[in-house]
Amino acid sequence: MKRRSLMKAAALSAALGLASGAAFAQDAERKIIGVSIPSATHGFMGGLNWHAQDTIKRLGEAYPNLEFVLSTAGDAAKQVNDIEDMMATRNIDGLVVLPFESEPLTAPVKAVKDAGKFVTVVDRGLSQEGIEDLYVAGDNTAFGRVAGEYFRDNLEAGAKVVVLRGIPTTLDNERVEAFQAALEGSDIEILDMQHGNWNRDDAFTVMQDYLSKYPQIDAVWAADDDMAIGVLEAISAANRQDEMWVIGGAGMKEIVRRIMEGDPQLPVNVTYPPALISSAIEMTALNFVSNAPMTGRFIIGSQLITPENAEQFHYPDSPF
Amino acid sequence: MKIDLHTLGPLVALIALVILGAVLNSAFLAPANITNVLARSAFIGMIAVGMTFVITAGGLDLSVGSMAAFLAGVAIIAMNAALPGMGENWGTILIGMGVALLGGLIAGYLNGALITKARIEPFIVTLGTMGIFRSLVTWLADGGTLSLDFGLRTLYRPVYYGGIGWITWPIITFAVVAIAGEWIMRHSRFGRHVEAIGSNDRVARYSAIDVGRIRLMTYMLLGLLVGLAVVLYVPRLGSASGGTGVLWELEAIAAVIIGGTALKGGRGRVWGTVVGVLILSLIDNILNLADLVSPYLNGAIQGVIIVLAVVLQREKRTAEER
Repeated sequence: MKRRSLMKAAALSAALGLASGAAFAQDAERKIIGVSIPSATHGFMGGLNWHAQDTIKRLGEAYPNLEFVLSTAGDAAKQVNDIEDMMATRNIDGLVVLPFESEPLTAPVKAVKDAGKFVTVVDRGLSQEGIEDLYVAGDNTAFGRVAGEYFRDNLEAGAKVVVLRGIPTTLDNERVEAFQAALEGSDIEILDMQHGNWNRDDAFTVMQDYLSKYPQIDAVWAADDDMAIGVLEAISAANRQDEMWVIGGAGMKEIVRRIMEGDPQLPVNVTYPPALISSAIEMTALNFVSNAPMTGRFIIGSQLITPENAEQFHYPDSPF
Repeated sequence: MKIDLHTLGPLVALIALVILGAVLNSAFLAPANITNVLARSAFIGMIAVGMTFVITAGGLDLSVGSMAAFLAGVAIIAMNAALPGMGENWGTILIGMGVALLGGLIAGYLNGALITKARIEPFIVTLGTMGIFRSLVTWLADGGTLSLDFGLRTLYRPVYYGGIGWITWPIITFAVVAIAGEWIMRHSRFGRHVEAIGSNDRVARYSAIDVGRIRLMTYMLLGLLVGLAVVLYVPRLGSASGGTGVLWELEAIAAVIIGGTALKGGRGRVWGTVVGVLILSLIDNILNLADLVSPYLNGAIQGVIIVLAVVLQREKRTAEER
């Protein structure tokens, strides 16, 4: 008797197994999208990570047949491993990748594409053209140009400015070249350009040295809001708040709030939204759930945040 | 005379840098610039004094930069949490300071205990805790930045920027730590034991020195000094993030070695470490003040000067040993 019931139990579980298998088969339209981004090592990437998680949560609820795999990598080699793992163990249908570096990621992403998957590349292009189905990026040239134009239009002839640069990369070069181009032909002099590495402490140190070196500074292009925080602190330590204003970039919430409040030291800001990862994930998801064509290049413009429009750029819940 | 040559190596380099700086830019010797350079040296400086003891005892600690970031994060969270109950006063700030110092001691004990009790290589233990502390602060900050409440920040600010005239508190603290460190290394029993263990731990053990305990104490001392550095660091920008204190460990170790402490242990020189720290910050300062080279090459110049400073010293040492 006991034995028979055991058999029954086995049969039942086998049937259940079959049933769940059938359910699985019915759900064959289930699509898996892998998202691979750099880990949150500084403010901007922290914001980007937050927006990625937020978007995935929202899309997962909106489209039950979509599943997302998110991985964050501290360096290019780890990111390559992540992508290989996604292919091997999760059999992804689409990949959204923000390459840590262009060169090392090109071949692994191409392998994903060659396997017939939908590939979205975000922000940093691959070193070979035509691999990705969709390219989503911010506009680095506009980022430098918009800032440069504000300097040109709002400083008097003969004004002197200093610039803090980021980590030496092509992205930083594009921004700085566009900034210089916007100032060309005006009488505004760029006194110095040193690397603050998008880091508060480094920017603080560089700005302290600028302040020792130059008796006259009328404006600072900090080019990043983390650097702007360090710069502002160095200026206030030297008691020269009234002499110069500071333009950061990327729209950190603390800075945007101060612009909303009309802080004279922070007249405007230039966007380079970390939420661009959300655009990329959303568009990739739409590719699987709708008939809307989602291939091509999508460049997100850099806008000027002013006290009048600052409200719409303020994300109080984001860590950035 | 021999001893003089030894000590003079890094000191000559330091004096040469000061002269170079003064020639290149007249703003270099202005009190404001000297205050800036000394104050920003203070964090790495205090950590490097602790590191001198660890290295002299034959150990190593790679976790100090991440530890500083983590302690800064925890101290900020503690102060923000204490704010509603305690109010905006020095009591709240003292809680934050206490958390940083106590946290430093505990973190140092953790490193030291894993090294001396579980007998794992210091390089591996501290490489591990380096990653742990760094991830923890990123996690606590949710990938962003932990910021101290604005009111507290304003109250706390003079701890970094204030002082007696242009000699600000970080400079005073650094000086006290350096003098105390030098005295402990030269004249206390603990200092002599540290050197004995570093030159030959077996002989030290046979001489009835509690090797494990002394080593553990060097890591705890270093942890405490990291905590002290954090106490002075937090009021500067009032924030901590995953990017805080990156590579501080290498700067501290480089300062120790430039100052004439042997990386293999046995010979500690706290004064040398102080000189080493000043050399490192002066290079940065001079490169910023003078447009000598493309900023892309700053790292290369730093590297050359570090290697040169150590090479000079090595030659003198081999000459002496011969």
